[in-house]
Amino acid sequence: MKRIGIDVGGTNTDAALLDGDRVIAAVKTFTTADVTTGVRTALKEVIAKAGPAADDVVAVMIGTTHFTNAVVERRNLGRAAAIRVSLPASASLVPFCDWPKDLAAKVNGGIYLVQGGHEYDGRPLMPMDELAIAKAARKIAADGVGAVAISATFSPLTAECEERAAEIVRNEAPDVHVTMSSTLGRIGLLERENVALMNASLIGLARETTQAFVDAVADSGLGAQLFITQNDGTVVKAEAAREYPVFSFASGPTNSMRGAALLAGIENAMVCDVGGTTADIGCLVNGFPREANNVVEVGGVRTLFRMPDLLSIAVGGGTKIGRDPVTVGPESVGYRLAQEAMVFGGAQVTATDIAVASGLIRLGDTARVAELPQDFVAAALKKMHDNISEGVDRMKTDATEVPLLAVGGGAMLIPDAMPGISEVIHVEHNEVANAVGAAMAQISGETDRIYRDMDRDEAIAHAREAAIDAAVASGADRATVKVIDVEDLPLSYLPGRAIRTRVRVVGDAAAMRAEVPA
Amino acid sequence: MTTLAQRSPSQTHRTLSADDIEALAVGAWILGTGGGGDPYHKLLNMRLLYEAGRSATLIDPMTLADDALVAVLSNMGAPLVGQERLADPEFALKPVRMMEEYLGRKFDAVMALEIGGGNGVHPMMVGALTGYPVVDADTMGRAYPEAQMTSVAVAGLRCYPLTMADIRDNEIIFPRAASWRWMERISRKACTEIGSVAATCKAPRTGAEVKQHGVLYSVSKAIALGTEVLRARAEHTDPIEAVLSITSGQRMFTGKIVDVERRATEGFLRGKARIEGLDAFAGKEMVVHFQNEYSVAYLDGAPVVMTPDLICLLDSVSGEGIGTDVLRFGQRVSVLALPAPSVFLSEQGLAAVGPRAFGFDLDFTSVFKENQA
Repeated sequence: MKRIGIDVGGTNTDAALLDGDRVIAAVKTFTTADVTTGVRTALKEVIAKAGPAADDVVAVMIGTTHFTNAVVERRNLGRAAAIRVSLPASASLVPFCDWPKDLAAKVNGGIYLVQGGHEYDGRPLMPMDELAIAKAARKIAADGVGAVAISATFSPLTAECEERAAEIVRNEAPDVHVTMSSTLGRIGLLERENVALMNASLIGLARETTQAFVDAVADSGLGAQLFITQNDGTVVKAEAAREYPVFSFASGPTNSMRGAALLAGIENAMVCDVGGTTADIGCLVNGFPREANNVVEVGGVRTLFRMPDLLSIAVGGGTKIGRDPVTVGPESVGYRLAQEAMVFGGAQVTATDIAVASGLIRLGDTARVAELPQDFVAAALKKMHDNISEGVDRMKTDATEVPLLAVGGGAMLIPDAMPGISEVIHVEHNEVANAVGAAMAQISGETDRIYRDMDRDEAIAHAREAAIDAAVASGADRATVKVIDVEDLPLSYLPGRAIRTRVRVVGDAAAMRAEVPA
Repeated sequence: MTTLAQRSPSQTHRTLSADDIEALAVGAWILGTGGGGDPYHKLLNMRLLYEAGRSATLIDPMTLADDALVAVLSNMGAPLVGQERLADPEFALKPVRMMEEYLGRKFDAVMALEIGGGNGVHPMMVGALTGYPVVDADTMGRAYPEAQMTSVAVAGLRCYPLTMADIRDNEIIFPRAASWRWMERISRKACTEIGSVAATCKAPRTGAEVKQHGVLYSVSKAIALGTEVLRARAEHTDPIEAVLSITSGQRMFTGKIVDVERRATEGFLRGKARIEGLDAFAGKEMVVHFQNEYSVAYLDGAPVVMTPDLICLLDSVSGEGIGTDVLRFGQRVSVLALPAPSVFLSEQGLAAVGPRAFGFDLDFTSVFKENQA
């Protein structure tokens, strides 16, 4: 079964066409300011390179850091209002109170605290003030704010208030997009609300970007389905991603790590992905990235996402190298590598120049680095090697020796040997590992139900079956489905020892061809 | 019994800096042994109060007049509820004002019921709001789930009156209770009724009682602990070692959480976490039981740490405390044991907070042999 993976990074847009686990064709192109042009170019080039083999591609999977970057770089964000149904509780810590001030100033489209919400035991905290919500909705629309995030106390247990509030907003202000916190997060009002607000601020960009991807795939003549990759290495259909851009956060590093695993045929290893500005180091456990503990900050905002546990160090192709004393980074020439690096005619010594001078790679005008003193080149290379070795060692959680998968455009900067590493593996196509990872992203299924009069194991077993059915309905191959996440919340207020169980599973894509219109 | 012998070099009266508060939150969360509530929301409130120009003052307990009146403050309830009903300084103050009205006199200072978790920061909110100094002491030296599990209860001091306020217009005063256990049972019922979380002002203490029976200098200890951890993080050194370096604690286990089972009943969060060993502990398994706080840890089936020794689960990378309410699959944790405040090692102390008080049929054995009663 053939599919194309595309990874839209900050510098490069990469594409890879896979048949099963085999890479048929891969290309590396530049990311463009409008994103879409780069995607169209990458698609066109990879199709051309594959030739007739591209005819029966059934799916295109796009991974993008576009939404994360929008938050980190504070651009293309829409204003979002916050309606929080919690009064008289939680009044001192208002929405946006723990956001970086510059980001809050950009996004904050009004804060509305309303009486209502639920208790832990399922009783209403106070009757919900529906009139206040209607009034807020009219004000939000009058202010020209396009999106609202609605949060309510204990909504992961009882979404009643959020659902009713959403209904009121849709009636009063049909053009305002609604994000409900209960669809995004778990217990933790502030963090769940933060995620809902970020989602709301990205909704305009997500609609535009997703539509552009849909158009690009449609225009490519492939007749393939479009999927968007998520931060846990799974994909969803484009329509779902349009509503929940926050789920695409951090999908880039996940794709790159999973792609590395596939290319090397190894499921347990350290991975080092050297890009233009940083080297990202992570740990693969059973083919998936190890996840970070607890709270993860995105652009300075606290969330409770499950994200890959990554260490980013300032070693990349564009990293500036200093002399007297020899320094490595942290500054980088970034996307200006093609102008500023010595081998490309510039005056700045970069990691790329050191790699060329060391004979690790042939690139640009090698004569221009021939005069760099050999001891300086050796010292700079050693420093980069030391930084990477130390980073790998910090991310290791186990004393046993494991292999290291070297990927990314700057993979030649990774030393061949380091402590705790059995071997450093460079594989073919490693420079597009992220696109390969996107192409192989699995289809997920999730269930979230309340079970009564069942013990915990039994409830989880039932939920597991339901999640598998959901994954199969989305196109996963039943035989390959496995559980990646189990969470249960006790509901003390319901009779019969009620337990709310959420299970997430993933499986390989199967038989998608049947769903594609002829 | 806690005595003057434990007194550390004193600072009699000092205004805490914003950095001190940040460090306090980190240190208190570690000493919380999984309970006392995540300090984050209280820290956020403190940041807002400091931004507004307010601050908290810490005083040496030994400078209290014998007849000074000290408010003992805490937030009561299931930690999980605090994640949804966020801390609010105005509601923390409410039971203090109720108590003053009931007693017909003003307090001279406030202090924490427990230094562990958010409750270690709780009186700082009231201090910053009112100007009352915060006493450098508490009554647990950590966090515990019930009223009779305090140094003042072990000493047999009076358990009443108690005031409690909720976020609505409900105010509850318990003028008298037959015992600490009765006070716990009755107030717990009321707390559950108003949403499993409530701000309380416990039986007020005199200066003499605090000096004689409080766990002294615990606020300074938490600040010092937090300062070390924050320094280790900034310098990229091991924060777990930083904790061990200033606490005479021991590392009991390092591993990954592979299963968490929890249920909330009667305002408590009960359950257990299963941890699979890593590094030197590869091939071993630790199971840590909790009732709001971590109570007993078993290594390959044998109990190895138990209350009143402190069982601290810390994030192996950041050294941050991990609450029983946020444990989850895949977390990399280190399990440390810290020595118990000596007050809990007496016969009465062990009766109140030993393993049997939490339903474990175990005789207390300390990790710290010299501590054994």
